[in-house]
Amino acid sequence: MTMIHELELDDTDRQLINLIQLDFPLDSRPFRTLGDQIGTSEQEVIDHLKRLTDIGVIRRIGPILNTKGLGGASTLIAMQVPEDAIDGVASWINDFDEVSHNYLRPGAYNIWFTVSASSKERLHEMVGEIEALGHPFLELPVTRLFKIGVKFEV
Amino acid sequence: MDDLDLKLIKLTQDGIDLVPEPFKEIALELAISEAEVIDRIEVLVESGVIRRFGASIGHRVLGIVANAMCVWNVPDDRVEEVGAVMAGFGEVTHCYERVRYPEWDYNLYAMIHARTREECEHTAHDISRATGISDYILLFSEKEFKKTGVRI
Repeated sequence: MTMIHELELDDTDRQLINLIQLDFPLDSRPFRTLGDQIGTSEQEVIDHLKRLTDIGVIRRIGPILNTKGLGGASTLIAMQVPEDAIDGVASWINDFDEVSHNYLRPGAYNIWFTVSASSKERLHEMVGEIEALGHPFLELPVTRLFKIGVKFEV
Repeated sequence: MDDLDLKLIKLTQDGIDLVPEPFKEIALELAISEAEVIDRIEVLVESGVIRRFGASIGHRVLGIVANAMCVWNVPDDRVEEVGAVMAGFGEVTHCYERVRYPEWDYNLYAMIHARTREECEHTAHDISRATGISDYILLFSEKEFKKTGVRI
């Protein structure tokens, strides 16, 4: 992991990071607008954002998509996989484009992954394939949403 | 949402260019006006196809390296109230109610991000005190097999 001596963030960096996670200006000169908001030039904003992108603080500036809004269906699956099968199963799971997150966690249910499918039918089909693996699993769809994808303050 | 919206999403989902007029380039590519690009993005945000338009942060690089999925067993009639309290914690980035099963009682999920495991544990403890819910487990990620955004 890139830690972190080059990761000295100055005030402009911090202001930009805190600002553009939620309120990136949708206008023809967004970086000039940001510069106006924090009292610096368009070029200065672009230079800072380029550096922040280079060092990995900013992954990208773009749309964060909503599976449901796209007409899709998503779920979380927790699976019980024996120790010696973990790596194989994890990479089998990763091969699905629809899998966005996949983690090893402690406990009887040790592999946890999220699926965002283009439709309910596709999700159902995938769950069928997952079932055919033969490992016990829980399908854990969201029933109520309280908070999602919120910003990191720096 | 029409074909043009779909193309617009595909063109922007890996990030816009850091140039003075980023939407103009996209407009050229789609053969529509820059104003239409911006209008379409705004409509997609309003209609909920796009959750937000902005920066995705590499929080690990910022030193926020510990992440725990904290699962809670909350009585059904308290979920609304407890979920709102959990969501109010800054360290909680995601909070959902999910289906529960006889073999898995936990129904509220809070993703906690912090610099250290201890900070995650501390936050969970604070949440427990604030809500009176004491049946919970912190499931730290021991390995990240995959992490991407939702893509089309």
